[in-house]
Amino acid sequence: MYTQALNVVTEKLGDSEAEQRFLERIDAEERIEPNDWMPEAYRRLLIRQISQHAHSEVVGMLPEGNWITRAPSLRRKAALLAKVQDEGGHGLYLYAAAETLGISREEMVEQLLSGRAKYSSIFNYPTLTWADIGAIGWLVDGAAIMNQIPLCRCSYGPYARAMIRICREESFHQRQGYEIMLTLARGTPEQKAMAQDALNRWWWPVLMMFGPPDHASQHSEASMRWKVKRFSNDTLRQKFIDATVPQAQFLGLTIPDPELRFNAETGHWETGPIDWEEFHRVLAGYGPCNKERLAARRKAHEEGAWVREAALAYAAKQKQRITQQAA
Amino acid sequence: MDQFMPLWEVFIRTRNGLAHRHVGSLHAADAEMALQAARDVYTRRGEGVSIWVVPSAAITASDPAETEMMFEPTGSKIYRHPTFYKIPDEVGHM
Repeated sequence: MYTQALNVVTEKLGDSEAEQRFLERIDAEERIEPNDWMPEAYRRLLIRQISQHAHSEVVGMLPEGNWITRAPSLRRKAALLAKVQDEGGHGLYLYAAAETLGISREEMVEQLLSGRAKYSSIFNYPTLTWADIGAIGWLVDGAAIMNQIPLCRCSYGPYARAMIRICREESFHQRQGYEIMLTLARGTPEQKAMAQDALNRWWWPVLMMFGPPDHASQHSEASMRWKVKRFSNDTLRQKFIDATVPQAQFLGLTIPDPELRFNAETGHWETGPIDWEEFHRVLAGYGPCNKERLAARRKAHEEGAWVREAALAYAAKQKQRITQQAA
Repeated sequence: MDQFMPLWEVFIRTRNGLAHRHVGSLHAADAEMALQAARDVYTRRGEGVSIWVVPSAAITASDPAETEMMFEPTGSKIYRHPTFYKIPDEVGHM
């Protein structure tokens, strides 16, 4: 979230001395700012991660937007509208943070629309019932918070500052989702069944949100060294499971995992195996809604083109008028 | 690819009596739309009572490569601080 005026080519400084100084700054918990020297690989890793994160926020508006017109009450509708609006704002904060690294928003949007950029696998699942809105707030936003809180201490200043803002707003999302689940779980048998069905469908995809298991995660090592990432995928996943199982019990719902058990020795909940093939399939574009999501983004972008063009044309005309008056 | 939309920096005064503070940036075609977008994005929860938007291109920033040259000289000028001057205790608070 800084001006990019000074983002000059830095590669010529890429000697080991500069790299050494950079690592010392990282070790000293200093924040790296946009115009500071940084290794090209660090810049690339951040652009990739922050832009994917931004895309996820924007695509994430689609599954929930699906229920705005059918929310069961005005209170629920107002909350859902506010939440979806927040997600759009989060996308903006993150695109702005990525832009400080020398990539334009237009470029990032183009990467998303052309299908070259990835976004969180979770948003390729459909929202079939109102209970899915509850499950998304409770579980998807819950998992996102677990992931994002350590990112508030990320070594890259603009990313860390964006995350602080996002985390502050995100806790409303999780609470409103849990409240929806609680209302359904305490409602009629049909409503409770609807809540259980949503949990059944979202549980495993949500566990996959933390990414591949540690032994198979290719970007983790550098990311940890540079303090972009503070905890491994498996560590965060475990934290989430431990926090969520008691919440499901309070709702009187059953986690759809017959192998789920509490290990009294470690104090952790242990789950059955995660179907990583499903994860890779969804990420590769073969999830239930991949095509639909991208088509919706493309449509919105294309149909909004005239607004962007008109706004720019108007601004240019106004500027011209002022120059003419001055002359 | 699209035409580039100008970048703006957003500053918000959280309440009267405080200075405007940088909160982030956004893209907009002109100042009026930048102000509108800043209101929608950065003040959704009563974060402020006043907004400034400034074209990012209008900001001239100091160069991090010259940090030492820019700021180091003040390090040795301790006589600029009140604690540099010894005043006897008898004089009282000054």
